[in-house]
Amino acid sequence: MIEFMQSLEIWQILAIKIVFALMMIGAVMTMAGYSVLAERKVSALMQGRLGPNRTVLPIIGSVPIIGPFLQGLGIFQPLADGLKFLFKEEIVPGHVNKIYYYLAPIIALVPALTTMTVLPFGEFFTGAGETIPLMLADLDVGILFILAVSSLGVYGIVLAGWSSNSKYPFLGGIRSSAQMISYELAMGLSLLPIFLWVSKPGVEVSALSLVEIVNSQHQANWLLLVQPVSALIFLIALFAETNRLPFDMPESETDLVGGFHTEYGSFKFGIFFVAEYAHIVIGSAIFTIIFLGGWHFLPWMSDPWPANWVGTILGVGWFLTKTVGLIFFFIWIRWTLPRFRYDQVMDLGWTKLLPLALANLLFYIVLVTWLDQSAL
Amino acid sequence: MNFVDLLFLGFATLALGGGILMIFSRHPVSAALFMIISMVSVAGLFVLLEAFFLAILQVLVYAGAVMVLFLFIIMLLDVGPEGAKSSRLKLVSGFAGVACFSILIVLSLLLVFDSSPISQASTLWPALDQNSLVNGENLVFSTRVKSFGFGLFTKYMLPIQVAGFLLLAAMVGVIILSKKVIREEKV
Repeated sequence: MIEFMQSLEIWQILAIKIVFALMMIGAVMTMAGYSVLAERKVSALMQGRLGPNRTVLPIIGSVPIIGPFLQGLGIFQPLADGLKFLFKEEIVPGHVNKIYYYLAPIIALVPALTTMTVLPFGEFFTGAGETIPLMLADLDVGILFILAVSSLGVYGIVLAGWSSNSKYPFLGGIRSSAQMISYELAMGLSLLPIFLWVSKPGVEVSALSLVEIVNSQHQANWLLLVQPVSALIFLIALFAETNRLPFDMPESETDLVGGFHTEYGSFKFGIFFVAEYAHIVIGSAIFTIIFLGGWHFLPWMSDPWPANWVGTILGVGWFLTKTVGLIFFFIWIRWTLPRFRYDQVMDLGWTKLLPLALANLLFYIVLVTWLDQSAL
Repeated sequence: MNFVDLLFLGFATLALGGGILMIFSRHPVSAALFMIISMVSVAGLFVLLEAFFLAILQVLVYAGAVMVLFLFIIMLLDVGPEGAKSSRLKLVSGFAGVACFSILIVLSLLLVFDSSPISQASTLWPALDQNSLVNGENLVFSTRVKSFGFGLFTKYMLPIQVAGFLLLAAMVGVIILSKKVIREEKV
């Protein structure tokens, strides 16, 4: 593989990378679009409604049995939603700060899409018994990269709130930046015990690499079972970072109309919307990688698929199954729990999650040291 | 000129341009955003040196955390575009600017023409090098995370503890200052 890459010109390598990146963006954006549909369908299911079942495409919709079935599932709905966002009238309120008003949705979307570069989603088996992780860039500090880039996403929301030049969006922006700073701390601290656990003495791996974290769960316990408290803190912080209910402070409809995107319409609102769902998709994938064993089968079991291209496809499919399950979990929570009050969010972040994360870290420092000492 | 050189020129231009525009922009929010651009470009320069860990720390700490707080404070205080400053303030800032610039010139001249200890990083901590307890003498230069950690906890143990102690002092100071305000309100 490496020799093959070295034989290429630089523009050929660039072209290959760009094609792969576009494929990855296509996959994640499709998943984000269909999570919107899933959100509407699942909420309909929970409230005894049918959900979107009217949109239809001309030719596919008139196929006898399959057409109405797909129509009932609402498969074509994301397409219609996207077109609607594109063709709506572009309204720019007169009181906004134009440059930042246009810049904000882009800044919100770019970090959400950049995090996917270091996301491994499967492994490719070469004939020589080696495995190559399927990802755009195998960085040995992948998890830090994701934390760093996703922390830039807050600028989109803050700028949107500020440039709208009106009260509700401004409050939404301020709330969101306070919330994100508070929960980033707990999120980072909840991951430290994972690094301690994965980098045992004598193991020459960089525990900050997502691939190593996944492979450490092969034929061993999932980290969810080893470190349930870390997983819980990480999951709660993930909800807060993706602005999902019960933490959707920046856009709580009941007290802030639409929060930071009150003044946004048409495609610019669509970009915010897609960015939120892209965050959910990538967040679910990260949780799968760190705590649910990634593309490996169940805990303590070796992968039941053969080590060839069939195994690659089944592994990626299994990874996607776990990710979709987590996306369902996100939606499930949203339509089950009521929203926190703002002071409750801050209280939970600073006085409960942060001390819990610190205590968890101390506990695992002591435990790992004790295990190391008794092993030597 | 190859591809990496082009990237270097691009990032360097962005870093310097962002810095200059930060100083010259009248609105504090624009200034903060130009500073973010400058910091992210510096992270890009680190990536070109294959120092991914430093690049990520640059984004995580400066662009991701410090600047969010800056922006937060600017928006919370609702600082508008700056008006004309008083002539005394102008004099002070002009003097500070000239002083900083001349220090920068002197330091870069020293780095280029002089081989005295200040340009050799290895002899910056002679007291540490002589210490027999420190086993970081033959640190291998690499950009992997492990070598960063090893260096920080062996050769640079004293500096990191001093830095930690300074941060602790700052934290205690903040706690005392904020407590004092509450006590005054009660009285």
